[in-house]
Amino acid sequence: MNQAGFPILSLLTFLPLGGVFYIVTLRGTEAEIARNARFAALWSSLIGLALGIYLWVIFNPAIPGYQMVETLPWLSGIGVEYRMGVDGISLFLILLTVFLTPIAIISSWSITTRVREFMVAFLLLDTMTIGMFAAADLLVFYIFFEAVLIPMYLIIGVWGGERRVIAAVKFFLFTLAGSLFMLLAIVWIWRSTGTTDIATLLHTRIPPAAQTWLFLAFLASFGVKAAVWPLHTWLPDAYGEAPLPGTIMLAAVLSKMGAYGFLRFAVPMLPQASAVAAPLMFTLGVVAVVYVSYVALAQTDMKRMIAYSSVAHMGVIIIGIFTFTVEGIEGALFQMLSHGVVIAGLFICTGVLLARGESLSFSRLGGLAAKMPVYAALLMLFSLGNLGMPGTSGFVGEILVIIGAIQVNFWVALLGAAGMVLAAAYMLLLVRKVLFDKQAGPARASLRDLTVAEYAMLVPLAIMVLWLGIYPISFTRNFAAPVQAMVAAHVAALAPTTAPATALAMVTTK
Amino acid sequence: MLSLLAVLAPLAGAAISGLGRPFLGKSLAIAASIAFMLVSAAAGIGALVLFIHAGPSSPSGFATTTLPIATWISVGQFTPGWSLRLDMLSMVMVAMVSFVSMLIHLYSAGYMAHDKSVPRFFAYLSLFTFAMLMLVTAANLLQLFFGWEGVGLVSYLLIGYWYERPAANAAAIKAFIVNRVGDLGFAIGIAMVYLVFHSVDFSIIFAAIPAHLADRYSLFGTSFPALEVIAFLLFIGAMGKSAQLFLHTWLADAMEGPTPVSALIHAATMVAAGVFLVARMSPLINAAPVAMDAITIIGASTALFADTIGCVQNDIKRIIAYSTCSQLGYMFLAAGLGAYPVAMFHLINHAFFKALLFLAAGSVIHAMSDEQDIRLMGGLARKLPVTWVVMLIGALALAGIPPFAGYYSKDAILATAFNTGTAIGFYGWACGTLTAGLTAFYIARLFLLTFHGASRAPKHVQDHVHESPAVMLAPLIILAIGAASSGILLRADFIGAPSTAFWGASIATPASAMAAMQHHAPGLAASAPLLASLGGLLLAFIFYVLAPAAPMRLAQALAPLYRFLLNKWYFDELYDALFVKPSLRLAKFAWHFADEQVIDGIPSSLAALTADASSQTVRLQTGSIALYAFIMLAGLLGFLSLFLWVR
Repeated sequence: MNQAGFPILSLLTFLPLGGVFYIVTLRGTEAEIARNARFAALWSSLIGLALGIYLWVIFNPAIPGYQMVETLPWLSGIGVEYRMGVDGISLFLILLTVFLTPIAIISSWSITTRVREFMVAFLLLDTMTIGMFAAADLLVFYIFFEAVLIPMYLIIGVWGGERRVIAAVKFFLFTLAGSLFMLLAIVWIWRSTGTTDIATLLHTRIPPAAQTWLFLAFLASFGVKAAVWPLHTWLPDAYGEAPLPGTIMLAAVLSKMGAYGFLRFAVPMLPQASAVAAPLMFTLGVVAVVYVSYVALAQTDMKRMIAYSSVAHMGVIIIGIFTFTVEGIEGALFQMLSHGVVIAGLFICTGVLLARGESLSFSRLGGLAAKMPVYAALLMLFSLGNLGMPGTSGFVGEILVIIGAIQVNFWVALLGAAGMVLAAAYMLLLVRKVLFDKQAGPARASLRDLTVAEYAMLVPLAIMVLWLGIYPISFTRNFAAPVQAMVAAHVAALAPTTAPATALAMVTTK
Repeated sequence: MLSLLAVLAPLAGAAISGLGRPFLGKSLAIAASIAFMLVSAAAGIGALVLFIHAGPSSPSGFATTTLPIATWISVGQFTPGWSLRLDMLSMVMVAMVSFVSMLIHLYSAGYMAHDKSVPRFFAYLSLFTFAMLMLVTAANLLQLFFGWEGVGLVSYLLIGYWYERPAANAAAIKAFIVNRVGDLGFAIGIAMVYLVFHSVDFSIIFAAIPAHLADRYSLFGTSFPALEVIAFLLFIGAMGKSAQLFLHTWLADAMEGPTPVSALIHAATMVAAGVFLVARMSPLINAAPVAMDAITIIGASTALFADTIGCVQNDIKRIIAYSTCSQLGYMFLAAGLGAYPVAMFHLINHAFFKALLFLAAGSVIHAMSDEQDIRLMGGLARKLPVTWVVMLIGALALAGIPPFAGYYSKDAILATAFNTGTAIGFYGWACGTLTAGLTAFYIARLFLLTFHGASRAPKHVQDHVHESPAVMLAPLIILAIGAASSGILLRADFIGAPSTAFWGASIATPASAMAAMQHHAPGLAASAPLLASLGGLLLAFIFYVLAPAAPMRLAQALAPLYRFLLNKWYFDELYDALFVKPSLRLAKFAWHFADEQVIDGIPSSLAALTADASSQTVRLQTGSIALYAFIMLAGLLGFLSLFLWVR
């Protein structure tokens, strides 16, 4: 079963844990520990990246189901196994995680207090995130899903900004409240089917009456994680207060957990309920796109504007998933990757300014294009990615979602696409306020352009933005098979009870 | 392969001058950009010449070939690739764009010589050229959209090139967002095309049109022909890019950019992309007669509307900008009637004479120490002799005076409109004829106020007036030759009897439009446009040479009308009140009230409630053991009796 010949997924997952043990045992002066902890974390993340790339190389895109499956007996009394596996959907989320981790670790050079503890928390976060995406068992998934909360809570609460404690508590309570419903749902599924194996559950029919409740439970949990409107209000606080590496992981990776959950569980396991809920999800998605974009437009702080724009883009992903079309779902998946890369780039751009003692308030920024031309070019590129300029990653996901949506409903497509106009408005406003307009406050004589470490963070992201935008097929070819299988299964599951989703389309051929 | 070279060379130039700046130094970076542009122009023109020299591949005309480069997106059936569609339409556009762009690169080397960050300027110009060439050579709608958004992006960057100026920043953002409104229509149009045809490749779409003529699409509770819906959506995109009525507001403000930019992007190439789109999609547009009528009406109305504004403006570039808007209106007027070849004819002629006018205006501005107000010019003819000559040629071409380029295409457009014999066609003809008169009037006004009479400039400006350097004059002269001759030279191939074979399958012209295009209009209808133009010239001569007090008196007599026109029909104010201000207010409301108070308020008040409840509960803990014991006893009794009673 396993092409790698060794348990690559478990290795990927628990490798950071090895880093944790090493860091814990470090001895020496404060400064030595800090330095060694940083490098240990960086090296372990780089090995993870190398393993991730190897995983991509040996991955077989033709198989729609799980590959590299690893099973170990665990809780055999209740029929639960430790089971890991990867398919085209989770592959790139794992790759996104291992790609962004070294970047986030480099960005954590700015953290100078309790460095050892920070690195421990961060590597734990890494383990939990990868484990969550690699889990092929519902209970294993749930444990990782929940465990992500703990290091993230600490990262926000200990190393965050001024209002860090409120933000951390809000983040914790929101996500925990949501997840408890999911636990109930998982227990119910286990009770009625006797298994928590995801691959088995995908072929298990769940009675439609129960599906509604299960869907609502999943919605509560994944909806909070994906910051679906109106469950998003924890997000601006958390993004705003978290330290830069925390923000990167939150915005780029953890926000995908919710969307991944919808795609992995809600849609394939609960087809009837998903179909019934689709109009609701479209509404929530469209509201996120339009309403949250307006909220973003009103922001006066660079970081918060990016945070709100992130919520708006999650709306596009939700719309794409619930079109139940190949184009829409692949668009949503692609948008997840693109959003992860772009939003990480944008947040690092805010970190660059903070590192130079700049405020992030628009009223005190401006005129940086002349002083920091390379920074300006990169911020412009990420902004263009965020507003969906063709040739950058943002466009591919967006146009695919539009194409998926129009097969279901014209207005969903139109309003979802209206994000293009609104995103252009707020991103160009941001660019203008930061790079172009004369600085309102007292101007500094000179500002250093990017440092080597900042190049090391931003250039790989910039390359990814362009690669995803110009040659997306390197990525889409890997998720084509599972998505097609999922859509086919969805249509088949709906066929006896209701008309297929395509009947909703408004075009008629005579 | 030559076409591919023509498309990619500017990209290489942009990359070298943009990224290589730290290693190359200023002049080498500029030189690289210009060198690659020369390669591109040579390849573009060479490809066209070879293509025409090879002759038509079949009796039906010149061939269409597709040159695939790479896959782009491949999801489900949605498989747009990176590929070039090479047919007469795209070859003509490639030749024109690369040639004009090369001239403007040259001109900029002189015009922008004193600027601090010229390599950036050249990188943008080259990048623009690449995007524009991608647009015109696209083999599918999505690649066309790539170029479309690409030119919009570079246009944004170049309008805001002098980013220290708040006006330039505002204009840049305005241009991008107004265009994006149009592009929203375009993007949905692409999605609709895919929905109906299951492909976005031009060859597949065009072949499948007959099968989808009867398709219906339901919107607003009624069902419309699907192809009409698509045509309307695509036209909304075209309206944004080509600054047609209702989406025109960005073009005049775009003049905040450097003048070569105005010439290249906001006159010769990018703004014509809307017309190109309609011509490219001609087989589909032909199947949407209602949309065609709308295109004609919008085009004709824009032509007249923009000219009324152009008559009273005082900024030399804004006057030319409004004339661009109006000339694009002419092209849409023709395209809506199905006379795409005439629209393309005017597009090419317009590219020459409008680029010429802008560059000549740039030469004037350069000489006048960056003054743009024609009321503060005058008497420049003797000091700027070359600029004077080329500006005269450009003005006459715009005014539609034979034998200059504009005359042939404008005349053909109006004759076609008249010949169609429909009410819409007549509306187009009437608007177009009036427009011809107004155009002649304001371009003559501009010309006379700038070059003749006494100088009204301050003394220190007058002292500095000087003719531009040769690197700027050479492109002017070449463009002037083009503006003088392109009408005569291209006429037969573009709209004459051989035009069917010339355009081949690249443009689908309906037979009725073809007939209307190739016949002369009868009697007075044929000569009316020229008479109107001459009348406009005469009026300008009276106003600004014979009786200079007359315009002022007229403006006072018709003060409300004058103010209305001067303020551009108050469109900016209207949009500001309708869209911009309410959007910003809505944004603030959504943030401060809806988000922070309502949505976040519910969980926050839940939290407060919990905290409150716990602090209330704390008060019960009095510490009196007797009280606790009593309550325990009471509880025990209560439960006991409950159990006994229920049993």
